[in-house]
Amino acid sequence: MDIYILQIFNGISVSSIFMLAALGLAITFGLMKIINMAHGEFIMIGAYAAYIVQNFFTQYLPASFFNWYFFIAIPIAFLLAASIGWVLERIIICHLYGRALDSMLATWGVSIVLQQLARSIFGAPNVDVKSPNWLNGALLLSPGLQLPYKRLFIMGMVIICMLIIYYLMYCSNYGRKIRAVMQNRDMAASLGINTRKIDSYTFAFGSGLAGIAGCALTLLGSIGPTLGTGYIVNTFMVVVLGGVGSLWGTIAGGLLIGTGNTTLEFLTNTTSGKVLVFTLVILFLQWRPQGLFTVHSRSLDE
Amino acid sequence: MFVKKFIKAPANWTFLIIILSLLAAPLFLSVFRINLLGKFISYAILAIGIDLIWGYTGILSLGHGVFFGLGAYAMGMYLKLEAAHGKLPDFMSWSGLEHLPAIWAPFSNPLSLLFIIIIPALLAAVIGYLTFKNRIRGVYFSILSQALSLIFVVLFIGQQAYTGGTNGLTSFQTIFGLSLAADNTKYILYYASILFLILVYTYCRFIVNHRIGKILIAIRDGENRVRFSGYNPTIYKIFVYISSAAIAGIAGAIFVPQVGIISPAEMGIVPSIEMVIWVAIGGRGTLIGAVIGAILVNGLKSGISESFPEIWSYFLGLTFIVVVIFMPEGLVGLVKKYASHLFTWHNKKEKIIQKAPSIN
Amino acid sequence: MNTILEIKDLIISFDGFYAVNNVNTKINKGEIRFFIGPNGAGKTTLLDAICGRIKPQHGSIIFNNNKNVLHYAEHELVNIGIGRKFQVPSVFTSLSVYENMEISVVKNRGIFSAIFNNITKSQREKINTILELVDLFDYRYRKASELSHGQKQWLEIAMLLVQDLQLILLDEPVAGMGRKETTKTGELLQKIAAHCTVIVVEHDMQFVREYASMVTVLHEGAVLDEGSVNHIQNNPKVIDVYLGRGGENCA
Repeated sequence: MDIYILQIFNGISVSSIFMLAALGLAITFGLMKIINMAHGEFIMIGAYAAYIVQNFFTQYLPASFFNWYFFIAIPIAFLLAASIGWVLERIIICHLYGRALDSMLATWGVSIVLQQLARSIFGAPNVDVKSPNWLNGALLLSPGLQLPYKRLFIMGMVIICMLIIYYLMYCSNYGRKIRAVMQNRDMAASLGINTRKIDSYTFAFGSGLAGIAGCALTLLGSIGPTLGTGYIVNTFMVVVLGGVGSLWGTIAGGLLIGTGNTTLEFLTNTTSGKVLVFTLVILFLQWRPQGLFTVHSRSLDE
Repeated sequence: MFVKKFIKAPANWTFLIIILSLLAAPLFLSVFRINLLGKFISYAILAIGIDLIWGYTGILSLGHGVFFGLGAYAMGMYLKLEAAHGKLPDFMSWSGLEHLPAIWAPFSNPLSLLFIIIIPALLAAVIGYLTFKNRIRGVYFSILSQALSLIFVVLFIGQQAYTGGTNGLTSFQTIFGLSLAADNTKYILYYASILFLILVYTYCRFIVNHRIGKILIAIRDGENRVRFSGYNPTIYKIFVYISSAAIAGIAGAIFVPQVGIISPAEMGIVPSIEMVIWVAIGGRGTLIGAVIGAILVNGLKSGISESFPEIWSYFLGLTFIVVVIFMPEGLVGLVKKYASHLFTWHNKKEKIIQKAPSIN
Repeated sequence: MNTILEIKDLIISFDGFYAVNNVNTKINKGEIRFFIGPNGAGKTTLLDAICGRIKPQHGSIIFNNNKNVLHYAEHELVNIGIGRKFQVPSVFTSLSVYENMEISVVKNRGIFSAIFNNITKSQREKINTILELVDLFDYRYRKASELSHGQKQWLEIAMLLVQDLQLILLDEPVAGMGRKETTKTGELLQKIAAHCTVIVVEHDMQFVREYASMVTVLHEGAVLDEGSVNHIQNNPKVIDVYLGRGGENCA
């Protein structure tokens, strides 16, 4: 039983990373109808950002500072991923509005280039990011049940990010504009909202979230140029399951996929677990083709 | 009627020229290159199927590697049993199996080669029914199809004893009793590939030239309008998905004996999406563009990536971006545009010439 | 016996909002029936229900005295004789005008027929006749994307005509058209009505006055009044909720 609880706990902590990555994807898709296949590479960028910050601390700063490098790494990961995202939106994504399927192909090209860049800069083999000392160890609940601090930290970090996102989306002027553009782009534009600006900021923000997710991933294992590819499909499934453009849907979808994966893998084995999750998602869509949370619309197409 | 149409279209002329040069290629190329070209032809067949579903019908499947792989594995299983001479295939005994699994048993019979088509078609029928019936389309379908390819890779790697795991199926020896290592067999396989390319191209050309072809384009333009014109788009989409999957299966079966290996890496997410880009580069919605794109891109790939793998990645990535954004019609579109420019320029010149005497 | 469509106790709601609330009406064969009313009155929703896009929560829509529309899928409704033109012109833009018509004209819409059967000579003649009727014959080899807004509307109407329908639903057929085009559409409407019944949703009151045989005024999802143009124009309630406001510029 303890093992199972631990599995579920691990599942939730992994799915919280999915959620963070999926939120960025869901917001950009909801806003611009662009599927960004390079989203996984922003996870990778965030992870390498943490790696760079770690290297900087070990090389240039006294060893006593090392414990705190992660708090620097998080904003750096966010900013680096966000600025690359912003540039990407300005040069490439802006040509793809209204071409959702094409956007998948073009951004896949971006992802190939970014992966190769990472390979050229950091080398093909995986690298390790050393976690700060205070994250090693675990919270002892009972003799058989230890919750690693790293995973607790990740969950806490994701919750804080969620709160910030919630605040930005529902309590700030910027969020109001985003939601207005999501619901009716033309109307929002004619009310004087600069939709282009909203698009590029939001895309950058979504990419930044993926960067934070990548930063969190460095605590769980070694990182490499293809880090993002492993997560991207799961992230997409979260978005499909949750219903596009819905924050609550993304959170619910992330929890379902994460815990579903771990539970089924625990009950059967890794292979059957993954196959079962996919089958269940397909079956679920028979019942609700639009995902868990849907936005009703009266327009003819979509 | 059909013959007349065939002769009229420039695309078919181009196809004829490609076939003729492929037929003549053994006169100029070494048997190694011919073998490689045979592999490209299998990719071209696959690309035609993808063009049918994506270029014409507007359904972007990012999981066609699965259908290619299933066809390839069906062929591979047959070859493997032929190589085992009634014993257990090598990798099974390594994994500790003592008897041939039930799913392998039928593959000792040549009739089982029908599975090359049947298995991909069945899978496409089931997935297509479950998704298209519920009007899951656009990017949602693409995402699910991509997940499909991830799932199959995981499945095939996980079931090592049945599928050969990561290594896949390899070390085949003979096909219908002919040694795969022999040059003559390679030539036979090469010409067989060309034959299948012609068959598949003709099938798809037949489809797109008939009313169904127009209905497929109509589904791409406005699925709802098709529904309110009295057609059930679901049936048509399932049909085109099945056709495309079966074609991918055939392509896989042609791939295996010439390349000598099939592994889960061939059916994953990355190859699946690359297949689509061949079509995009050649020119979607033209069939001929798919053939050109597949042969060209893979030719370049083996040329560039052999010596500079890094450059190939950048090149491929940038091509994805540039083609999708700036040349959505692909190479065929470019040629068409250029040709029409040339044509109008030619006309102008004629007019000038006609005018010239009157000035004198 | 002359009734072609009977709507009984129809209720449609979206998340608790009643878009159509207990609508009852009968439409006779050969009528040109107009649904008018302010925005949000439920006109388009009503059309959506008749052509099967929306399943109502309650009520029934009976076509030809015995067929309950609600039991049919959208594409089946076309085959029993109900066709629909959408507000935004929706034609197949990458096909030629002729190919658009070709898709519409066939009776057997199954997949095998689509693969193996070409259209017959009489069907081809029918397409040509109707294309001439809507003045698109000279454009028949043009791509539909090259047509003007009005021409697209006519092409969509032509696609309905060629289907031999018994009931045609038109959602704002003259929206975005100039006076001349509007008149032409009106004439077209009268020609259509010689063969089948037409339901039109329209805001242009002048257009309504000229071509309507019966008018149903909808307001907040319910029928406010029904009758001839003269009758509804003199109803103070109708003037109050609709004609007095939206009708001004048209009256």
